[in-house]
Amino acid sequence: MSTDNTLLSIRDLTLYFNTQKGPVQAVDGVFFDLGYKEAVVILGESGCGKSSLAKALLRLLPRNVSRYDGKVFLEGENIMEMDEEQYRQNVRWVRMSLVPQAAMNSLNPVLKVGEQVAEPMIIHHGVKKEEALNQAAKMFQHVGVPVDFLDRYAFELSGGMRQRVAIAMSLVTAPAVVILDEPTSALDVLTQANIFNVLKRLKKELEVSFVLITHDIATSSELADRVAVMYAGQIVEVSDAHRFFHEPLHPYSRMLMASVPRLRANQEPEYITGQPPSLLNPPTGCRFAARCPKRFAKCSEEPPVVNVDGIQVKCWLYSN
Amino acid sequence: MNNTNTQTQEKTDLLVVNNLTKYFPVRTGLLQRVTGQVQAVDNVSFVVKKGETLGMVGESGCGKTTIGRTVMRLVEPTSGEISFEGQNITRMNSRQLKPLRRDMQIIFQDPYASLNPRMPIGESVMEGLQIHNIGRPKDRWEVVINMLKKVGLEEYHARRYPHEFSGGQRQRIGIARALALNPKFIVCDEPVSALDVSIQSQVLNILKDLQNEFGLTYLFIAHNLSVVEHISDRVAVMYLGKMVELTDRDSLYREPLHPYTQALLSAIPVAHPNAKRGRTILKGDVPSPLNPPKGCRFHTRCPIAVEKCGQVEPEFREVRPGHFVACWLAE
Repeated sequence: MSTDNTLLSIRDLTLYFNTQKGPVQAVDGVFFDLGYKEAVVILGESGCGKSSLAKALLRLLPRNVSRYDGKVFLEGENIMEMDEEQYRQNVRWVRMSLVPQAAMNSLNPVLKVGEQVAEPMIIHHGVKKEEALNQAAKMFQHVGVPVDFLDRYAFELSGGMRQRVAIAMSLVTAPAVVILDEPTSALDVLTQANIFNVLKRLKKELEVSFVLITHDIATSSELADRVAVMYAGQIVEVSDAHRFFHEPLHPYSRMLMASVPRLRANQEPEYITGQPPSLLNPPTGCRFAARCPKRFAKCSEEPPVVNVDGIQVKCWLYSN
Repeated sequence: MNNTNTQTQEKTDLLVVNNLTKYFPVRTGLLQRVTGQVQAVDNVSFVVKKGETLGMVGESGCGKTTIGRTVMRLVEPTSGEISFEGQNITRMNSRQLKPLRRDMQIIFQDPYASLNPRMPIGESVMEGLQIHNIGRPKDRWEVVINMLKKVGLEEYHARRYPHEFSGGQRQRIGIARALALNPKFIVCDEPVSALDVSIQSQVLNILKDLQNEFGLTYLFIAHNLSVVEHISDRVAVMYLGKMVELTDRDSLYREPLHPYTQALLSAIPVAHPNAKRGRTILKGDVPSPLNPPKGCRFHTRCPIAVEKCGQVEPEFREVRPGHFVACWLAE
């Protein structure tokens, strides 16, 4: 998969947190690739470490980090080797930006939204405020917010509009990669559809790549070119979106897909028994084994990442 | 408006709601003068038949939770009537209501906030039995254990505290608590929206199984149309405090008549990248319930609105047998 088209390539990315009870292995050996003008969806349930992954990629780390390593190649350059100042000047919000979870509540209530969207331009590109505001106005048009909203405050906007403003803020510096952490999870279904239409259009118009972190399988299929499934801090399957939504390979992916209630389908959705393991002390071997209907003796050992016709799957079932 | 209820007599009506209205006053300033009314629920009538599940869908702020709470008399209605088993409960005082509370229970939306964090969950489930003085005190624990087993928990769970449980387990505890009093009617207020998709259907299955076992009647409130489709017999669609469509599940999902329902259904994402659909994208946002549009409340966003829609409010009428729509253009 690592061809010339690879924009972002992640290998063995690991992030542990120190807690009173011991280290939490939130992100454990995560890998995936992202091409230019592509969208990869990181799919996982609550507590699987997907938001920590976003933090790890943008190096927005809390103080209690106990381990943070791995390789992240952005346009061929390992950004994990940069020091904080280099990272700030060359990566964060310059080439890679974030729409945080609950972005609609992450706007500053006492600053006009236009100023907030313009701010990254002033800080990272050193442009004058006037010019930055012009750029912000352009971004507003791209995401479908009326330009006169530049002078409004966050509380004057609806949830969907605030979400669009947060997306505009992530795009204003023209980064190559935008990480979207659950961009629509707090929004109603109609607003959700609108936001996804905006994202689809932006991917084409601005030639930007997306890392979309979500638990919403159905919505994610709208945007995905590639899917990476995360379970208990690890990636268990990386697949082409088309093939994934047709036929996922990992038993967890399969059960996850089967649990999505489908409209006008006669078949009942299924569910996965039990619950994900604690990341404090995850089981050795395959972390999904305890809930897996296909487990066998081998599963008590750490499964290898097997390449099945270009799909990477971390499961003993596919190794021979 | 009352004709909503005339044709539905073949199955017994358990809950009859007529012209229910709930306005919340908005107070501002030093003197806390009432400066406006949030029209959360406006003139809504419907029936829940014995043994059925009535699904209620709508976007946030459309008044669906307020309806759920008002029919439980947890929120006082501004006007309108609520009858349960033929008894008008709208103006009953709390003493008169107490015996009825046994028959009407509610499962709350947020399983993280609806359990007392300092009480072992067994006691939470038992509280209702104590309040209603059901059974002998020493037998109550057994009832609790039975209920917990019904929802897939074990005896040893009863002595644990809420923080020791996952979201799905907590929601099942909420169900056990609602069931402990052997009610006839349960309002399920977004019971699965806080849960991961992989366990949602587990909770839905439990609700279905218990309905069959105890002959329960549900008012199932949710914003997720796919979830509602799986559990409901009939579905009501709410928009900005008004009921805009009410019919049996199959008609609603196969042939929605109200343009809002059509837009909602077309916006549902399908877990397949190739699934192409003709999307109706609505302009703008839901207007404020403080100052809803005149005429049809949906006309500001409606793709097919005509002049009349902005002037006269459409009646909630029966367009086909059992299929009610509030739209001038539906036929």
